Amino acid sequence: MKPRSKRLVLLGGAVALLVGAVALVLSAFQQNLVFFHTPTEVAAGKAPVGKTFRIGGMVETGSVRREADGVTVRFAITDTAKAIPVSYKGSLPDLFSEGKGAVVQGTLGPDGQFRASEVLAKHDENYMPPEAQHAVDQAQAQKAAETVQQ
Amino acid sequence: MIPELGHFSLILALILSLVQAIVPMIGANRNRLALMAVGRPAAQGQFLFIAFAFGCLTWAFITSDFSLQLAAVNSHTDTPLIYKITGVWGNHEGSLLLWALSLSLWTVAVTVFSRNLPEPFMARVLGVLGWISAGFLSFTLVTSNPFERLIPAVAEGRDLNPLLQDPGMIIHPPLLYMGYVGFSVAFAFAIAALLSGRMDAAWARWSRPWTTVAWVFLTAGITVGSGWAYYELGWGGWWFWDPVENASFMPWLLGTALVHSLAVTEKRGAFRSWTILLAISAFSLSLLGTFLVRSGVITSVHAFATDPRRGLFILALLVLVIGISLALFAWRAPKLAGGGSFGLVSRDSTLLGNNVLLAVATGSVLLGTLYPMFLDALGLGKISVGPPYFEAVFVPLMAPVVALMVIGPFVRWKGDDVKRVLRLLAPAIVASLVLGVGIAFAIGHVTVRTVLGLTLAAWVLLGSAKLLATRFAERRGADVGTTLRGIPAAWWGMWLAHLGIGVFIIGVTMVNSLNERVDVKMHAGDSAHLAGYTFKFVGVADAAGANYDAARATIEVTRGDVAVATLTPEKRVYVAQQMPMTEAAIDIGPFRDIYVNLGDQLEDGAWVVGLFYKPFISWVWLGCLLMGIGGVFAASDRRYRRLAQREAAAAVAARQTT
Repeated sequence: MKPRSKRLVLLGGAVALLVGAVALVLSAFQQNLVFFHTPTEVAAGKAPVGKTFRIGGMVETGSVRREADGVTVRFAITDTAKAIPVSYKGSLPDLFSEGKGAVVQGTLGPDGQFRASEVLAKHDENYMPPEAQHAVDQAQAQKAAETVQQ
Repeated sequence: MIPELGHFSLILALILSLVQAIVPMIGANRNRLALMAVGRPAAQGQFLFIAFAFGCLTWAFITSDFSLQLAAVNSHTDTPLIYKITGVWGNHEGSLLLWALSLSLWTVAVTVFSRNLPEPFMARVLGVLGWISAGFLSFTLVTSNPFERLIPAVAEGRDLNPLLQDPGMIIHPPLLYMGYVGFSVAFAFAIAALLSGRMDAAWARWSRPWTTVAWVFLTAGITVGSGWAYYELGWGGWWFWDPVENASFMPWLLGTALVHSLAVTEKRGAFRSWTILLAISAFSLSLLGTFLVRSGVITSVHAFATDPRRGLFILALLVLVIGISLALFAWRAPKLAGGGSFGLVSRDSTLLGNNVLLAVATGSVLLGTLYPMFLDALGLGKISVGPPYFEAVFVPLMAPVVALMVIGPFVRWKGDDVKRVLRLLAPAIVASLVLGVGIAFAIGHVTVRTVLGLTLAAWVLLGSAKLLATRFAERRGADVGTTLRGIPAAWWGMWLAHLGIGVFIIGVTMVNSLNERVDVKMHAGDSAHLAGYTFKFVGVADAAGANYDAARATIEVTRGDVAVATLTPEKRVYVAQQMPMTEAAIDIGPFRDIYVNLGDQLEDGAWVVGLFYKPFISWVWLGCLLMGIGGVFAASDRRYRRLAQREAAAAVAARQTT
């Protein structure tokens, strides 16, 4: 092969590889993004039904119940304005407790019940997950805005 | 008094680092030996002062001096001694001091082991390292002083985060930092090369062992961190594609590319600007990792700091380093063009292919890690990118890397005959396809991922065996001992590290295909079954450690009539922070782990118990271990030392003639 055409083959191969990789990355990106919604948004019907997303907020005080099988847990996650009922099967993180921040990932059923496949709590006693903080802040801000309007 | 001494010592270290950054650089530019010679003592003195400061901080932790803010927040009188020491770097300020300490340790190592570098080159290397050190020391002193007093002192400390009170956490941060910071040496060599215009095979040979050693530390650090996540976080996973893990994985990927690209530069003088670019990028990603992990932009056990000033400072440092080095690269790199040409089928081209793929894989991890943060910072909404994305991208990108990795060592440099290579490898190709499909059917788990994983693993193992056999065949007639001794350490390093990848893939494929788990509610005396094992829940008793109270369950594991293990998982509550923590119990075996954790106690007195069956998980760590050992072999190759001696002799001769 002439050096010139060899260079062309190499270059073509590299470009094809890059294009393929970029296409792969973008399609995987499109399919696997997980959006985040606040309990208020979910209650207002702004969250998709049957698609995986995250909700952040506080675990509502007095809401944690266990089913008879012992491993299914039901609780509500709230941003102090609205609360969304959540069910989860499995072991909870050590720092999961009522009145503390948590983030749940899963899908919303047509019955308005959120089925969590993952529950994340903070790693440290003094630390609030930013998503949970964000949800509470938003709800507070909205409340404040409503009070002003009245 | 002692903390003040430490603080003062740190300030002196900063001054010395500025001396090290400025004086030798000027000396190198004006060709003044006296100025260049300042670099070594400045670096060594700086190390002594930082080590002394680190010692002072450690002393405050050991003696529970709670008038020191950092000790008050991260230690407790009842904490076991070893975790008091771990507490020194189990926080933002202390871990920065550890960063500075490992940088100065690397710098001193360069002054000791690279004595034979030409003086101007050495002066520039030390100058670059001095600038990095000055940046980090001023960051520590200005925004994150570890010697801050707490007045009035408190009677008792708040204790170290219980998650970090674990043997793995004693060594994980130092190992990881030695790896991160080690790339600063490769970076300094690259910048010095750009400044001096000397960028040849000899340069690659100087820089190679340093890069390899840093890579070994990073490999070890990531492995230990992953092992910690496996048994300490209590849900049996070992890699979560969490931003913090990605932060250490990206420099590792590029570091791997750099190690291989340096090989081409050393042997063939090719890929020179690419090697330089990789060295700059690997170090930049190490800095980015530090920024991501320490600035509090991500939710994790590593995010101690939420002071925005700190994030801004590291970000500024990052922008400076990347900006200056890329500008320098753009200015100087055109002069580096050239190097040997090579054929389409050659070892050079297989290494090029792997380098490109590794770089693309790094880019895809970077995108998945940073994109959510960008959106958030711009106020465009909150999203997260989880394991499904990374798995979907990473597997297809890495499969060709592994396939090429086996072929590479068989192909000759510069150019080779496709037919010859194919003839050599055809049996292994057929055998690994048969094995991959066959084993997948045998274990009853026929999916694309499983077949792919098993085929690749078989390909690596068979290829390694074939490579060794070829090596022996070349020396037919010689006895085994002579042949073994005749093989250079660097070759063994390559062989072991590649074998490690194969072992690692077996572990990942098997554990992902066949792992089983169940969460059950158990009363004392209840039994549960999983993967052919019977778990009998004997009961729960109180137990106490130095700084925690625990409920300890006893679970007897049997298989048929044979007793396998008695496991005692714990639910601990650490007294100082009243923080609950699950301590899993694991029966480790060569072909499977049995993993048990204790969940919450229910109102009727029963407990929630998590039972896991993890086949071949040890092979994941074993594979990483082999890679690390391979790196050690590669770095210890005799030719680096021989060459150093030869060059020293040449330098002495040159000095005598002038």
